[in-house]
Amino acid sequence: MTKLTSVSALEALREDILSRRDPKKTKVSVCSGTGCRAYDSEKVIDSLKAKLLDQGLNDKIDLVTTGCHGFCELGPVMVVYPEGISYFKIKPDDIDDIINETLSQGKVVDRLLYVDPEGNVITKEHDIPFYKHQNRVVFGSNQSIDPENIDDYLALDGYKALATCIGSLSPEEVLEIVKKAKLRGRGGGGFPAGQKWEATRNAPGDVKYVIVNADEGDPGAYMDRSILEGNPHSVLEGLLIGAYAIGCQKGFIYIRQEYPLAVEHLDRAISQMRELGLLGENILGTGFNFDIIVHRGAGAFVSGESSALMSSIEGKVGEPRPKYIRTSISGIHGCPSDLNNVETWANVPIIINKGADWFTSIGTEGSKGTKIFSLVGKVNNTGLVEVPMGMKLHDIIFKIGGGIRDGKKFKAVQTGGPSGGVIPEDMLDLPVDFDALDKVGSMMGSGGMIVMDEDTCMVDVAKYFLEFLADESCGKCVPCREGITQMLHILRMICAGEGKPGDLELLEEIAAMTKECSLCALGQSAPNPVLSSLKYFHAEYEAHVNEQCCPAHVCKDLITYHIDPAKCKGCGKCLRNCAVGAISGSKKEPHVIDLEKCTKCDTCFLVCPPKFSAVTKLSGKEEL
Amino acid sequence: MSQISVTINGEHIQAEEGMTILEAARGAGIFIPTLCHHEQLESYGSCRLCVVEIGTGERKKVVASCLYHISEGLVVETETEKINGFRRTILNLLMHRWDNIPAILLEKYGAKSNERFIDNMTYCILCGLCVRFCHEVKGANVLGFIGRGTIRQVVIFPNQSAKYCASSCPDEMECLHYCPTGVISSQYYGSRPADGQALPHAAPVCINEDLNILEVLERVGHV
Amino acid sequence: MSYSLAKVDQIIDGYGADKEALIQILLDIQHEFRWLSRETLMHTADRLGLPMNQLYNVTTFYKHFSLVPQGRHAVSVCVGTACHVRGATRLLDRVAQGLKLSPDETSADEKFSLKTVSCLGCCALGPVMVFDGKYMSNPTSNEIAEIVEECE
Repeated sequence: MTKLTSVSALEALREDILSRRDPKKTKVSVCSGTGCRAYDSEKVIDSLKAKLLDQGLNDKIDLVTTGCHGFCELGPVMVVYPEGISYFKIKPDDIDDIINETLSQGKVVDRLLYVDPEGNVITKEHDIPFYKHQNRVVFGSNQSIDPENIDDYLALDGYKALATCIGSLSPEEVLEIVKKAKLRGRGGGGFPAGQKWEATRNAPGDVKYVIVNADEGDPGAYMDRSILEGNPHSVLEGLLIGAYAIGCQKGFIYIRQEYPLAVEHLDRAISQMRELGLLGENILGTGFNFDIIVHRGAGAFVSGESSALMSSIEGKVGEPRPKYIRTSISGIHGCPSDLNNVETWANVPIIINKGADWFTSIGTEGSKGTKIFSLVGKVNNTGLVEVPMGMKLHDIIFKIGGGIRDGKKFKAVQTGGPSGGVIPEDMLDLPVDFDALDKVGSMMGSGGMIVMDEDTCMVDVAKYFLEFLADESCGKCVPCREGITQMLHILRMICAGEGKPGDLELLEEIAAMTKECSLCALGQSAPNPVLSSLKYFHAEYEAHVNEQCCPAHVCKDLITYHIDPAKCKGCGKCLRNCAVGAISGSKKEPHVIDLEKCTKCDTCFLVCPPKFSAVTKLSGKEEL
Repeated sequence: MSQISVTINGEHIQAEEGMTILEAARGAGIFIPTLCHHEQLESYGSCRLCVVEIGTGERKKVVASCLYHISEGLVVETETEKINGFRRTILNLLMHRWDNIPAILLEKYGAKSNERFIDNMTYCILCGLCVRFCHEVKGANVLGFIGRGTIRQVVIFPNQSAKYCASSCPDEMECLHYCPTGVISSQYYGSRPADGQALPHAAPVCINEDLNILEVLERVGHV
Repeated sequence: MSYSLAKVDQIIDGYGADKEALIQILLDIQHEFRWLSRETLMHTADRLGLPMNQLYNVTTFYKHFSLVPQGRHAVSVCVGTACHVRGATRLLDRVAQGLKLSPDETSADEKFSLKTVSCLGCCALGPVMVFDGKYMSNPTSNEIAEIVEECE
């Protein structure tokens, strides 16, 4: 590749790439994101590649291996363009039919199409409810891009926004656009990005840094990873634009080493940028200099906190700094440092290309643009969804998510991860909006949206988050370390049937102190999962404390496993699968569980055929 | 440094610009409790006992006075019901690591141990005074933290102690005087090791050169 | 794999023996040898001019570092929130029972290491176990026992 020395050279390269591409040519896009890889998408791709080559079709058909398409529930996912035919749950054995029917004759392979809950077969992606109600501004281009090929990004107007900024706008003008767009940080807090940029720009000092926070720590969210895996250049372009507006020559990307594919794609993208002269000295001949260092995080949730993240970049333990001074004023090495998360940076080029007015036309008064969520848990359509701000939670869960699995009843949705809270059914009309979610004791967070049904115990969920935080707290300050220790201990006792009157008030007392006195945001938000579930599901806590009953049948110490003799047909499946030999019974006779031997591993419950559903869990005073 | 005026508990006070609230208050003879603070060392902000309320009305907020710098006209309350309640909760929690917290503190804030809390009587409250003294003042790094979250602890690194203890503290182990709970002097050692000698392995936990790493990790709770 | 300080030196030199690259250096060493021995830590401390207490602080703070050798077969159970609400605790119990290991433990013969991870991004499969890179959705006790038996 030759270095691009001017904005016009970049445009010439783009034209050259486009001239070699025929929009009418058949293109097959197959997802190879981490989710689809778990379903063996790589075997599908290898098989498709080999067979296209075998049949001499490799010149006639473009195969694009892409990042995440979003509909992870039905992976591996494939889209055939230009028609937009969507295939799901593809196995290597399906490749022959796809080639012989679709790619050779333009016929659709019915069995691989999406079938909606009413039984309607849907061919095109944009007609599928999961996609239809989304607005995939940031995430949509994933399926047209091979993340290892910068040409794909350039073909979609990649680096055009950068060229506009460094070629014809002053840094102040760029800053004004971002401020006018009212872009708020997608990492959790929702702080206005333009304001943060401005503070860093105006802070005294010659050396300043820009940083990508890709330390996605919420244990139920993976949208940042999917952006970096699928479209790394969008984040890098945003970072360069930010650097130009703020006046930085060096940037960092703090990325979890647990995301090896994202690191790989990022490294590749950066070296391609260097080759093209999009990084380094005098970028596009404009006099703008910028370079990037990738820093892999070694596994610490607290390192997502801005000052802790900066300590990590300096090679130290990722503990939050105790100072009351913003990192935009004093960050890495005491220099002004602007930190934004992956999704925030990825929004920047779009804002520049489409304008602040276009951006503010999407969303609510206080929250503009779109937000990507990982819609997971007990929902039918698990996956990544991008919706305009202001969409009701109900619509996300039921229209896009297709409602609750197995016909169960919705109970709550958790947003904001370990810093957020649970939202009950009667609040599902809430719009997705930074301030609206804050008001009810949850938060937008980075975008985890975990749907819970009647089989989810809210006390157990609160305990789960505290267990996570007990491990992930840095342990420095007393409110967080000791507060979490004792709150967790109390919750463990409650879940073990050893709850006592007064425990709930004690939890509230510790939570209030931890919330206000902790040193950093991790501790200050740590009580949220406890406080919000106490507020909306108080009765469930009371059942645990007063009746030793777990109504959702989750808390192991409060439940027993039984086989309903009226339902058991003696098929013997549970007996054969029980790892501890706790089940006895003769063939075709109702079986019995020996409660002394039972370890409550749940295997019998899982293997009992649904047509019998004879294994039952009982808690408290419940009887068969 | 120029003088600025602040209001603490309704009292107008002149203090030097650049001071923390804690410094300004103590300078004026106003008591704010601390466990992890020492004038000689950088503020650390871990015990949070020094929290105070600043601002007025809707804009009131809780800050750690050892870290928050004063500004002209700042309004501070050090003993509100809310703040004293927080201090009581903090002391209640700490009593399960250290059961002989000075009675004067416990009485002032009405703290008492709670039978619903789990005991972790290490007598180390992780204030880091010993670690910070050894690092900031002596540059010896004999003491350090390991682990994180609820298993964080202070340990002694014997190879460092063999190298630096004798030269850094020629007369006596000065870190002993910094420990608010007395756990270092009571559980570790009385006298300073001779030149080239390492400190004995010490409770509650330490990384000891003589131990194989697996055993150490077992003691540290990592395996 | 046996330890080679030459390899460690090569990694350190790759970062220009920069103190600030400590975490990156340790990650590379960990990647190369799958754990960090005391010998390596002392060598790294020497080369970078850092005190040992800082190295132990860092290596016991970040979860990815292992100060013990890892098993030949890596078993991870996802305990992310989505998997949790779908029964990850029970799955973890079954896996621990099948391997006779506690989470974060390695068997004495260094055959298996059991770890928990937070969100693998394949929530649709949850609760998920990853056995030597192979993803399995909510395996039963018998299925786990079968894989364990197949392992060398």
